[in-house]
Amino acid sequence: MTLLLQQLLNGFSLGAIYALIALGYTMVYGTLQLINFAHGEVYMMGAFAALYLAKVSGVADNPTIPGAIVVMLGAMAFCAVLGMTIERVAYRPLRNSSRLNMLITAIGVSLLLQNLGLLMFGALQDFPSLLPEARWTVSGVMVRSNDLVIFGVTATLMVVLTWIVERTQLGRAMRAVSHSRDAAALMGIPADRIVVATFAIGSVLAGAAAVLVAMDKHTIRPDMGMTFGLKAFVAAVLGGIGSVPGAVAGGLLLGLAETLVSGYVSSTFRDAIAFLLLILILLYKPSGLFGKHVPEKV
Amino acid sequence: MRQGALAYGILALLLAAVWGIELFLVPWTDPYLTDIVIRVGINLLAVMGLALVLGFTGQFSLGHAGFMAVGAYAAAASTLYAGVPPVGGIVVGGLVAALAGFGVGLPTLRLSGDYLAVVTLGFNGIIIVLIQNSPALGGAQGLTGLPVATTFGLTFTCVVLGGLFIRNLLVSPLGRVFEAVRDNEIATRSLGIDTTRAKVLAFVVGAFWAGVSGALIAYYRSSIFPSQFQFDRSIEQVAMVVLGGTGSLSGPLIAATILSALPEVLRPVAQYRMVIYSIVLIAMMILRPTGLLGNHELSDVLKRLWQKRPGARSTAA
Repeated sequence: MTLLLQQLLNGFSLGAIYALIALGYTMVYGTLQLINFAHGEVYMMGAFAALYLAKVSGVADNPTIPGAIVVMLGAMAFCAVLGMTIERVAYRPLRNSSRLNMLITAIGVSLLLQNLGLLMFGALQDFPSLLPEARWTVSGVMVRSNDLVIFGVTATLMVVLTWIVERTQLGRAMRAVSHSRDAAALMGIPADRIVVATFAIGSVLAGAAAVLVAMDKHTIRPDMGMTFGLKAFVAAVLGGIGSVPGAVAGGLLLGLAETLVSGYVSSTFRDAIAFLLLILILLYKPSGLFGKHVPEKV
Repeated sequence: MRQGALAYGILALLLAAVWGIELFLVPWTDPYLTDIVIRVGINLLAVMGLALVLGFTGQFSLGHAGFMAVGAYAAAASTLYAGVPPVGGIVVGGLVAALAGFGVGLPTLRLSGDYLAVVTLGFNGIIIVLIQNSPALGGAQGLTGLPVATTFGLTFTCVVLGGLFIRNLLVSPLGRVFEAVRDNEIATRSLGIDTTRAKVLAFVVGAFWAGVSGALIAYYRSSIFPSQFQFDRSIEQVAMVVLGGTGSLSGPLIAATILSALPEVLRPVAQYRMVIYSIVLIAMMILRPTGLLGNHELSDVLKRLWQKRPGARSTAA
């Protein structure tokens, strides 16, 4: 029972991170119908930006709560700029070309960032603690302060995101663009600017996730975004691509599935479970848990 | 009937050329050069399969190296555990890879092509993890002690057979279906064509030749390692097809020849190889999305050049 509770806690902690990254995939897919493969690399770059920020600002030597907040906000801002640059340079020239071409470009951007990261940062680097760390044992279950930080930051960002999407002018425009870009443009919505905003918001969430993971794992690598990003994409599909609550549910579900499988079956199959889930959901409910089935129109 | 005879004639001629080179030229050639040529040939086999899947059918497979791994390990296991000779092992490798292609393709190809990219990418990763954790397949240390059988002759016999097979498939009615699926899947389906069946078929054929290519690697250096079939290799093959031209068979083969031989020439910049590939992919998509040859074949281009030469008016008209 204790083991199960521990696994559930770990699963929710991992799932919260998946959810943050999945939101970036789902929002971009919602507006452009593009799997933004480079999203995982934005997340990776965010971790390295945070590392340099922490070193330069001295937070690495003297972990405090305001310092950690500054580093996280800095990484989020860096990711926003990176995400918008990628959209402007690589994706916008292809706005009207085939989806296959856009997909190939996305893979190209992802590889480019990953290999540039490898050349610039080397194979892996240590990441310092940004906060004083503590751990408590509550009736046999180990609770780490990092888990609480992950839950706190994720919940805050979710509330802010939901507010933006549901309550602001920008959110309304984003929903309109994802419904139909052409119709939205005809109604006077600057569709290109909304797409840029979508990339910025998704990248900000990836930056926050990057700092949370780096704080927790204490090592960062240039290839950390590849598999992790793909799994987050699977989480987005699981919940229903294009749906914000779906991405959260999918992320949590995937995190739980992974920790339970590696806890009770074998950690070898940990990485396989995401793709198994993807195939199952594609077979039995292609629109995902929260997605609406959209009939193909000619 | 006459056309069939012509096809067999071409096949016999090409095979005679391959074995002529093997018997009379290779023994006197620098082994280093032969090594490069054999490795180009192995890449050609994998790339022609991907050209069918990505270039002609428009399905974005990002795990072609995974099928090479399946073929290589199936061939190696059949030889080590069942004593199958290399030529049989190559067939086994191809067939097992085709089976894997069927298993991966059937559930995913029913849906939009984007999911295929993610699933095949995941498949590539999972295959490597499974091999690394399987003691029977040698784990991360790889399998050793395989017979050495991959010569110039054997490699290019496979290349000739594969090339003619895919070329004939493409000019058959089924080839038209593949291209129709790529150009407009909904329109194709509305003509009563089973597009899922066509996509799965293209995928299985592509996986088969990737498996053959992997099996040739297994019998080349008498050992194989999971690290030889990682994601980098899949990307390299995608770059070759995209660069050569989606919708062309000879284009990707030319690109594969150049890009496989290039690292040998450019040893000093080897560490920038993946950076260069990724920039090439992005630039190609933005500037010339159809690739070097577009959807033309080398023979079309040569024919046009021939007709454009000065004084060609009378024959062209």
